Amino acid sequence: MATIEISGVSKVFKDAKRKADVTALDDINIKVEKNQFLCLLGPSGCGKSTLLNMIAGFEKPSSGTVTVDGQLITAPGSERGVVFQQANLMPWLPVWENVGFHLLLRGGQKAVRRETAQRYIDMVGLTGFENHYPSELSGGMNQRVGIARALLMNPQVILMDEPFGALDEQTRMDMQNELVRIWQEHQGTIVFVTHGIDEALTLGTHVAVMSARPGLIREIIPLDLPRPRDITSPQFNEIKRHVLDLLRSERTKPSLETLDHP
Amino acid sequence: MPQALAMFRRLDRYIVPVLILAGWEAFSRSGALPAALLPAPSTVAWAWADWVFGTDGNTQTYSGHWLFDMLASLSRVLAGFAIATALAVSVGVAIGWSRTVEVIIEPTLQTLRPIPPVSWIPLAIIWFGIANKPAIFLVFLGAFFPILLNTIHGVKTCDRNLIRAGAMVGGGNRQLLRFIVLPAALPSIFAGLRIGIGSAWMLTVTAEMVAVKSGLGYVLWDSYYFLRYDLVLAAMASIGLLGFLSDFGIRLVMARVLHWQRNTTIQSGEI
Repeated sequence: MATIEISGVSKVFKDAKRKADVTALDDINIKVEKNQFLCLLGPSGCGKSTLLNMIAGFEKPSSGTVTVDGQLITAPGSERGVVFQQANLMPWLPVWENVGFHLLLRGGQKAVRRETAQRYIDMVGLTGFENHYPSELSGGMNQRVGIARALLMNPQVILMDEPFGALDEQTRMDMQNELVRIWQEHQGTIVFVTHGIDEALTLGTHVAVMSARPGLIREIIPLDLPRPRDITSPQFNEIKRHVLDLLRSERTKPSLETLDHP
Repeated sequence: MPQALAMFRRLDRYIVPVLILAGWEAFSRSGALPAALLPAPSTVAWAWADWVFGTDGNTQTYSGHWLFDMLASLSRVLAGFAIATALAVSVGVAIGWSRTVEVIIEPTLQTLRPIPPVSWIPLAIIWFGIANKPAIFLVFLGAFFPILLNTIHGVKTCDRNLIRAGAMVGGGNRQLLRFIVLPAALPSIFAGLRIGIGSAWMLTVTAEMVAVKSGLGYVLWDSYYFLRYDLVLAAMASIGLLGFLSDFGIRLVMARVLHWQRNTTIQSGEI
């Protein structure tokens, strides 16, 4: 049984004001096996975040089903850790309380929470910043806190929604390396949404290339490039060319719809 | 020069009060108005000193009675304000969080809100008699609505993404309320408390003029009948001072509770 199974999922947004329904996702079928690292790659508006939010349980499909370990998803839950585009930390809590937020809600003893949080703070390289507040940290550091918060729940699945989108190139590359290291050390199934081709090809074991309006999966490409991946190698560029073709063929398709709704 | 600047920084807060007092003193002594109608600050201070310490008995029955009058007013303010805070915060959170509660009770509350608390005085007196209770009731009415509205605002403007993050780590409705919505609303709630404490002082003094026979407001009104305008002004100054101190107290608590907000806001010139 696959860890994540998305079968026949469609999402239609009702636009009551314009009396026109928008199909964000159309008949999506994906299986993600245990310990796979799937990147959802596509242009903005292709519904990749919507798809991720459905696995997280924040949104419900209009038709079709999403299951994780055979369980139908109807609501958010701590067995699925989410790392958001913005870190979404509680500004009134110091770093260690944010990392241990899951334990705070469960009502554990402070010393125990502190100790557990420390392990994950060390893991994401924030040792020494335990008592800082989110407003005192950089965007990259806040994003690390968000990752540690999701890891601490020891979830079966980690869902990441363009978590490095707001970071500068240098920090983004560091974070990508770090994420791959953590994933290799601790294993786990990851679904990672991005619009960066290099990012998707650097991170994933698989890339699902999506197209927009309506959101469709064009192709799911397995990646067996050796790690650490060299984004200048011929094999890398060969796959990149293929992905670019997939994305380009979509763009050349002229569509009145896209003109009507810029 | 830097020394002079440092000196200015330390004294800057006293400049305006000192100028006002000096101008007032000069005006009173100039004889433009009869001295009895606008007593000079020095005269007021003299009366105030006797009221507080019983120095020379010039305030007669009130000589040395200030602490008692002040505590009478303060206890009413604190009682009414505490009840208002407890009720307004819990009702406000319920209205802000639940659409059902909002629909059921908000229209009623919004209808009651424009009625000036003072207009409840006749009913307050026939319900509670002439004593502490009508004053506390009025204080409660005055403080309740600012705290309520600010609490509702704070709960409603809580970032949806933070609630999602809380749901993601496994929080149920109750926990989201306790660990996310409430802390997120605290800055707004404190803004409401600061407005509320001001209304509380206004209403306690109003009530004491009409419905109670003790407290700073009663002294103020009584002195007016005896043409002791110096004492009237001393009472006004006392109320202002206590209002300032109670607001200062709330700000101290706020600085502790909301210490995470430091450095997240800027002032002019800091950009």
